[in-house]
Amino acid sequence: MSARPKTPRPPKSAAPCKDEDIALAFYRQMVLIRRFEERAARGYAEAKIGGYCHLNLGEEATVVGLMAALQPDDYVYASYRDHGYALARGISPERVMAELYGRTDGVSKGWGGSMHLFDVDARLMGGYGIVGGQVPLATGAALAVAHRGGAEAVLCQMGDGTTNIGAFHESLNLASLWDLPIVFVVSNNGLGMGTTVEGSSAEPDLFKRASAYRMASERVDGNDPVAVHAAALRALTHARSGKPFLLETVTERLKGHSVVDPAGYRTREQKAQLLAGDALSAYAARLTERAILTDDATREIDEAAMAAVDASVRFADASAHPATSTLFDYTYATAVPNDSRRLPGQPLFPAAARPGETMSEKAPA
Amino acid sequence: MSPTTERITLAKAINLGMRRALEQDPKVMLMGEDIGKLGGVFRVTDGLQKDFGPDRVVDTPLAESGIVGTAIGLALRGYRPVCEIQFDGFIFPAFDQITTQLAKMHYRSRGRLQLPVVIRVPFGGGIGAVEHHSESPEVLFAHTAGLRVVSPATPGDAFTMIQEAIASPDPVLFFEPKGRYWDKAEVDLDAVGGGLDKARVARRGNDLTLVAHGPTVTTALKAAEAAAADGTSIEVIDLRSISPLDTATVAESVRRTGRCVVVHEAPVLYGTGGEVAARITEECFFHLEAPVLRVGGFHAPYPVARLEHEYLPSLDRVLDAVDRTLAV
Ligand SMILES: Cc1ncc(C[n+]2csc(CCOP(=O)(O)OP(=O)(O)O)c2C)c(N)n1
Ligand SMILES: [Mg+2]
Repeated sequence: MSARPKTPRPPKSAAPCKDEDIALAFYRQMVLIRRFEERAARGYAEAKIGGYCHLNLGEEATVVGLMAALQPDDYVYASYRDHGYALARGISPERVMAELYGRTDGVSKGWGGSMHLFDVDARLMGGYGIVGGQVPLATGAALAVAHRGGAEAVLCQMGDGTTNIGAFHESLNLASLWDLPIVFVVSNNGLGMGTTVEGSSAEPDLFKRASAYRMASERVDGNDPVAVHAAALRALTHARSGKPFLLETVTERLKGHSVVDPAGYRTREQKAQLLAGDALSAYAARLTERAILTDDATREIDEAAMAAVDASVRFADASAHPATSTLFDYTYATAVPNDSRRLPGQPLFPAAARPGETMSEKAPA
Repeated sequence: MSPTTERITLAKAINLGMRRALEQDPKVMLMGEDIGKLGGVFRVTDGLQKDFGPDRVVDTPLAESGIVGTAIGLALRGYRPVCEIQFDGFIFPAFDQITTQLAKMHYRSRGRLQLPVVIRVPFGGGIGAVEHHSESPEVLFAHTAGLRVVSPATPGDAFTMIQEAIASPDPVLFFEPKGRYWDKAEVDLDAVGGGLDKARVARRGNDLTLVAHGPTVTTALKAAEAAAADGTSIEVIDLRSISPLDTATVAESVRRTGRCVVVHEAPVLYGTGGEVAARITEECFFHLEAPVLRVGGFHAPYPVARLEHEYLPSLDRVLDAVDRTLAV
């Protein structure tokens, strides 16, 4: 396999830009994520994508605002709803789509899939399929930073439902007790699968949960990328001073929990309302009103996003599937004595030899 | 009363079995994530909250340790909770409660406390899912004394076994073969189970004994069918219970056939196959014509969707083991 493209590390200090440039850059990224996710849904329907596939549709503003606030050296931990985070972290759509397609040029060589995107170069330390799985790990990464006196911060993204699992509470306590440089972000899209926040959280103002650990926290409109960005910067500054922070971004999940979920627990009116209140359209309208976005620019941005997404699909389609022979690779970091690496189709162990066959002929290569 | 039979899926059979239990015993409660209004990710609890109310079919927050832990508390005060875990891989936050409390309270209290808790776990692969969503962790529980670990392979067994599990004074880990949820069969809705810890001879034969449970029973039956075409007569045993293990039924068969292959989706290393092989060796060593072979998952994490059929014990791999055993 040829050398895989690495994610370029952005320069430490980008040239100062005007607010309008930033506002437009947010829009550009939001559109890219929107189109990418729509295409991923199609890829799933076409059976190009296997496993499960959770989209950031409706959450683009949160994703973009958060990622823009990070320094290149900061660490990101995310839930399984991670595509947008990977894209906004600067990983090429090609490598993300290839991963969704389960191909060898994907960020995890096709073995992570939609839920387990991972790229050390981008310091994206993974999407996680176990709800809450990322939270103690991110806390540990923050402990590592604190231990060696690093300047980085850790951003740990999770959903609203995740705040009900024990690992969340253990982690917040540890982070606060040990003064760790971490921002816990709760992307509150109102639902964990079909369960509402009110139906599952005794304190539905989720940001307030931080107070049990004497942790600072804030709730922000997760549909406004500018507001999310500003809040994330504040939270990160706080974290870098050695105090963890909980940021709740209130947003919406436009579609079902995963691509296969028809969201039957939502009424027709609720669905219509969601689409009408879509954050991307609202943000576009806002930029247009302020004359930051013109009709021409809207078209150009959309076309560029579509072109990037099309290219990612071509790249993914052209990339090879993992070979069966790689089934055992990376199970251990070291050689393991007596490890069975018998591949499907190879003779069973410890099968008796067939008549006329010697044991050495049967030994796996 | 004439017997009522209905052609239903395995998922529906579990649903009807739970409905029966809810009707018959007011102390039966169901708990789990999205099991009420949504009816569970696999719709196994479909319609039950509507008919029995949200106090008996309880939608819980996302908190497996809390779900199982509170179920233990309920059981300690006379309830019979049935917990749903959405997928095999999500049981681990509750592993602590299951192995340190649920399995041991009866023993610890010298029999004064009973824990009639059922934990339903959709397990196994073959549905194009990935890690956490396709695994077979049944022996992790079978290794712990105090837990019953069972798995139905057919809609008929699913219907009676879930009711027997709920009625059992012991905690039961109820592993549902999710790849077979949509398999249909005629189910006798008046049937009562014949015991939760009895293996079942699913097909009679003389030349070799194929032992399976849950999703691989169908694979084993297909293998027997294919072998029959070659003139080989295979007996298929559906274990139904992993713990306790019905050694007598397997040993009786192997004494007749002299040959045995065990098939399961779980990794072979330290698995059910190893336990069966050891017991067979102990009980019928002098009847064995060939070593007991195991066909199952590999010693590697569950792979990506595209390679899962390489990982799972396919018909070819089972037949290969059959051939090798017969060749001795
Ligand atoms: C330990 C565990 N339990 C259950 C699940 C199944 N599950 C996956 S996502 C999800 C809902 C999570 O909701 P939330 O945290 O709000 O995140 P969102 O999907 O809304 O982004 C559930 C129950 C899981 N993956 N892991
Ligand atoms: Mg949510």
